[in-house]
Amino acid sequence: MSTDAPDRYERVAESPEFSGLRRSLRRFVFPMTIAFFSWYALYVILSAYARDFMGTILFGNINVALIFGLLQFVTTFLIAWLYARYADRNLDPVAEDLNARIQSGEFDADEQPKEVAV
Amino acid sequence: MSSRTLTIVLFVLFVLITLAITIWASRQTKTAADFYAGGRSFSGFSNGMAIGGDYMSAASFLGIAGIIALNGYDGFLYSIGFLVAWLVALLLVAELLRNSGKYTMADVLAFRMRQTPVRVAASISTIVVSIFYLLAQMVGAGALVALLLGIKPGAHFLGMDADTAKIATIIFIGILMIVYVTVGGMKGTTYVQIVKAFLLMVGAAVMTLLVLAAFKFNLSDLLGDAATKSGKGTAFLEPGLRYGKEVAGDAAQTFYNKMDLLSLGIALVLGTAGLPHILIRFYTVPNSKAARKSVLWAIGIIGTFYLMTLALGFGAAALVGSEAITAQDKGGNTAAPQLAQVLGEKFLGGANGGAAMLAIIAAVAFATILAVVAGLTLASSSSLAHDIYASVIRKGQVSEGGEVRVARISAFAIGAVAIVLAIYAQSLNVAFLVALAFAVAASGNLPAILYSLFWKRFTTAGATAAIYGGLITAVVLVFFSPVVSGSPTAMFPTSDWQWFPLSNPGIISIPVGFLCGWLGTVLSREPADPQKYAELEVRSLTGVGAH
Repeated sequence: MSTDAPDRYERVAESPEFSGLRRSLRRFVFPMTIAFFSWYALYVILSAYARDFMGTILFGNINVALIFGLLQFVTTFLIAWLYARYADRNLDPVAEDLNARIQSGEFDADEQPKEVAV
Repeated sequence: MSSRTLTIVLFVLFVLITLAITIWASRQTKTAADFYAGGRSFSGFSNGMAIGGDYMSAASFLGIAGIIALNGYDGFLYSIGFLVAWLVALLLVAELLRNSGKYTMADVLAFRMRQTPVRVAASISTIVVSIFYLLAQMVGAGALVALLLGIKPGAHFLGMDADTAKIATIIFIGILMIVYVTVGGMKGTTYVQIVKAFLLMVGAAVMTLLVLAAFKFNLSDLLGDAATKSGKGTAFLEPGLRYGKEVAGDAAQTFYNKMDLLSLGIALVLGTAGLPHILIRFYTVPNSKAARKSVLWAIGIIGTFYLMTLALGFGAAALVGSEAITAQDKGGNTAAPQLAQVLGEKFLGGANGGAAMLAIIAAVAFATILAVVAGLTLASSSSLAHDIYASVIRKGQVSEGGEVRVARISAFAIGAVAIVLAIYAQSLNVAFLVALAFAVAASGNLPAILYSLFWKRFTTAGATAAIYGGLITAVVLVFFSPVVSGSPTAMFPTSDWQWFPLSNPGIISIPVGFLCGWLGTVLSREPADPQKYAELEVRSLTGVGAH
């Protein structure tokens, strides 16, 4: 791979494949970040301001606060699993393909894929 | 054999084993990548364990169990914040950082910026966060040793009274961490953390099973007993005993208390992905996919651990009782070891079993502290050597060997400074130091990292503004907070220069950090370099040119 191709990266960045990869990543991580942060914030805000609701007994000595807290664990595990699956299916294949094509010199300036220079 | 002797024997055993591993690791450490990044050869699972070992500090194990044992539900808030925080690392930081950086946090921040100002800022922030965290662990170790080894005021141990024993412990732990880092580098440190994580998980799992067995695996009974024994009734199982307290007739104080709770919650969740000693762990794996796997494992391990702290905390409240716990330590830090003793007595044949369990858990607690301080020392010495010495002072004109030599000297220097500071900082509240480290990481480092990775227009001025703005705001607000002066529990209880009403600065300083980064960018005279951003983006997403 040639290392002195500064404009190579701009060509990659402008390519439709890379735009697609960027879009796929952001389409998942940005909304998911907003979602888990809001969900967590809701939990903290309820802990501060909705004590009666959080103290509601559901059964035995188990109240809403405990279940809400445990649900934060559940959603964290779930989101981690969903992301791993999404990345496996939608990000890794595209990233690996692009990586190989960049290394082969496909995006280097005005030249055909060439032998690796020493 | 007494419990104290057994603790010492077990701990010495741990030290000997980890030292042997460290010496073995030093033979495999030849290049800079070996020293800084463990040769990038760890698997996702190994690194996930090591992340757990780096992250589950004594503050988590002893601190959270203690807070739950004394204040009930509120301790659980910490567990949740510390866990959810990993989603920020997983979704936004780990893989992109792995692909675009080399050894330190600054590698990513300075990627498309002018090197000197950004590396200096990132290095200062790395060292400040690490030192606060380091002090918390070392001061905690000093305080614990007297309790765990049962050295009461007035009593002597090997000819030392309690105060001398504390100082001796701080020096001993400090010397060990220097040895791990200077000799073993990242490889040695990683193995120490893996061994520790394994021991901690096994210890916590055994205790959790025994607690649950004591209540015939009925969680509701456990909670009920804990609530009754606490003397606080159902309030013990609800938020509000410690954080966000409602003060009757004082609306302003009630408001501040609730804001403080929100502030703590935000700092916990946003701090983790800005902790330098956590970030450099992502460089120890071969590629971004392994970095993702390591965070997934870390989430599983850390999540399981925090679920267990719930059983440990409520178990201690029910089986040990708050009176017995506060009689040992007002902060509740000995709740988990005390619980171990009770469980041992109950299930493992009386007093001997109790002494054995206490000794094992106490030894695990020391192992825990040791692994965390080693990680922190490594993070700060890497930054000193790689960012300041190699990049800023020598402008990259330095041999690998020379850089690693400086990293070793830095580890020695940072360790020595930490020992001295910790001896003088013994009266500081440990939880406060950890909270401050998280607040600085969330206010200074995280905005800079996120803008760097995702915002095309971000500039050098923006990066330095975010780091210094967030860092200074967090530290200044804490200095004028009730933690430092103007309250009976403050560092300086008899002085009063307090005007900021919250103990946790995050709710102000985190937005300030983001705002500074934005302002610094829009006001900066030099525009961002679109070519460099294209390179960073392509490399971070595809892994091309990754180290």
